[in-house]
Amino acid sequence: MEGLTSDVRIAIADLNAEYGSCLDERRFDAWPELFTNDCVYKLQPRENHDRGLPLATMAFESKGMLRDRIYAVTQTLFHIPYTTRHVIGWPRVWIEDDGVIGAEANYAVVRVRENELPELFSAGRYRDRIVREDGRLRFRERLCIFDSALIANSIIYPI
Amino acid sequence: MDPAPIWPDESLARVPFVAYTDAGIYARELERIFYGPHWCYVGLAAEVPNAGDFKRTFVGERQVVMVRDAGDTIRVVENRCAHRGMQFCQANFGNTPDFRCPYHQWNYDLQGNLTGVPYRRGIKKQGGMPPDFKLEEHGLNKLQVAVHNGVVFASFDPAVPAFADYLGAEVLKYFERVFPDPAAGRTITLLGYSRQRIPGNWKLMQENIKDPYHPGLLHVFFVTFGLWRPDQQSHMITDAQHRHACMISQRNNAAAGEATQGVSTFRENLKLQDDRILDVVTEPWWNGPTVCMTTIFPTLVIQQQVNSLSTRHIIPRGPGTFDFVWTHFGYSDDDADMQRRRLRQANLFGPAGYVSADDGEVIECVQRGAAPHDSEGTFNAMDGYGIGGADHMVTESLIRGMYDYWRRVMDI
Repeated sequence: MEGLTSDVRIAIADLNAEYGSCLDERRFDAWPELFTNDCVYKLQPRENHDRGLPLATMAFESKGMLRDRIYAVTQTLFHIPYTTRHVIGWPRVWIEDDGVIGAEANYAVVRVRENELPELFSAGRYRDRIVREDGRLRFRERLCIFDSALIANSIIYPI
Repeated sequence: MDPAPIWPDESLARVPFVAYTDAGIYARELERIFYGPHWCYVGLAAEVPNAGDFKRTFVGERQVVMVRDAGDTIRVVENRCAHRGMQFCQANFGNTPDFRCPYHQWNYDLQGNLTGVPYRRGIKKQGGMPPDFKLEEHGLNKLQVAVHNGVVFASFDPAVPAFADYLGAEVLKYFERVFPDPAAGRTITLLGYSRQRIPGNWKLMQENIKDPYHPGLLHVFFVTFGLWRPDQQSHMITDAQHRHACMISQRNNAAAGEATQGVSTFRENLKLQDDRILDVVTEPWWNGPTVCMTTIFPTLVIQQQVNSLSTRHIIPRGPGTFDFVWTHFGYSDDDADMQRRRLRQANLFGPAGYVSADDGEVIECVQRGAAPHDSEGTFNAMDGYGIGGADHMVTESLIRGMYDYWRRVMDI
């Protein structure tokens, strides 16, 4: 925790708040912009992560792939419409060996479909590598590890 | 209910909606199909590589444990202690020298034989099991097991036919295309799991992978990037009893045409910003087809979609729900690039996949549509009313064939 000012911690919490807001308020085009160009975003069940199995539910390796995901799910992929509500906990932060900021925060995502009650859709943790780019913090890597391997049918939007 | 009169007429095109919703029909399916003389998928031998490795899974709704015993033989036993019926195994994967029920410490070897019962002779000459008690009469429920080229199937019914006969020669040929004889060198490596709970009847997934009509319409990525289009060379094959099927096709780079005309999901100008998820490299074992989707009735889908490979396990959970477990794999001779390619293409498949998340969603919507309509049914008449294979995609004959078999085994 040494070397991290309160300002940095607050900036990371702000980044997480913006992240959740982009997805929940359906400002989807803003979501990839929270990442660096050469970013990694992976959504992976804890089962695979803990056993060292490489398969992920979503695995993207560039901002281009994130934009492709947003295009695909908003323009092409049939699904029962739903909205989400992200609840993201206060981040644990540290400095990684290469100087990048490491962070981890718990999350819960509620799914809401029309005519249905809200459902707890996903719970887990974000494991991040964060860098400063053009004066703003960006995710170089966001690994989203969800606790229950079993998914309520499908996951359309990023978690 | 008595399911006998539910089928509306002799046509196989109309599946009555109650086939997806009725608890009595579902109970009969469990008895006659999942616990009857059918081979149900349990896993890959590569999931239990060492002696003592086990995997917990399901045959029908009954929990089973697949385990590699000390003699390197794969066994499948029911996860139910012979004493009180307790599910003694409480982990999906692990390694153990034997099975011990935590409740009263009844102990079983990895073949399912009962080897020890605490206080069997009583304590201080009091209590204990009666003199006629024999360990060998109280083992775990042992299932029939077929391991074919590293894929493990089990059956509760001793009358289940030999595995090769169960598949039939032609389906077996395509099975062995993806799962070759390990003696030839190419063995399976495990890449990981995806698990979905889909609120639909289990047969809807069998239908989905026996339905070559939908992929070029529902799945934008398939039609737009030429992975599955009805103007491609294709073959639909099925076994003599029409239980299993293979949908085989070959990718082409055809431009817009009859197959895309009027198809609202076709996006001629769709360009990915980063198209590495479609970085397809031809593998020598393909011998042509870029896609082969195989259904092994009642529980398994085998996927080859270009470089992405998986087994998909259908686990019924009542008439209106099934779990769908994907096991992605590669081969022992994959280099790092090929493994990365398989993992990138996995973005197309699974619970979030560009061409399969929507399958789960439509199945949920079909189940919802079926639920309130006891006396009505579907209308699967594409390509007529017959059953059997086809050399094109504009057909529902594989679905009708499955119901031909289903009606016979169900007496419906």
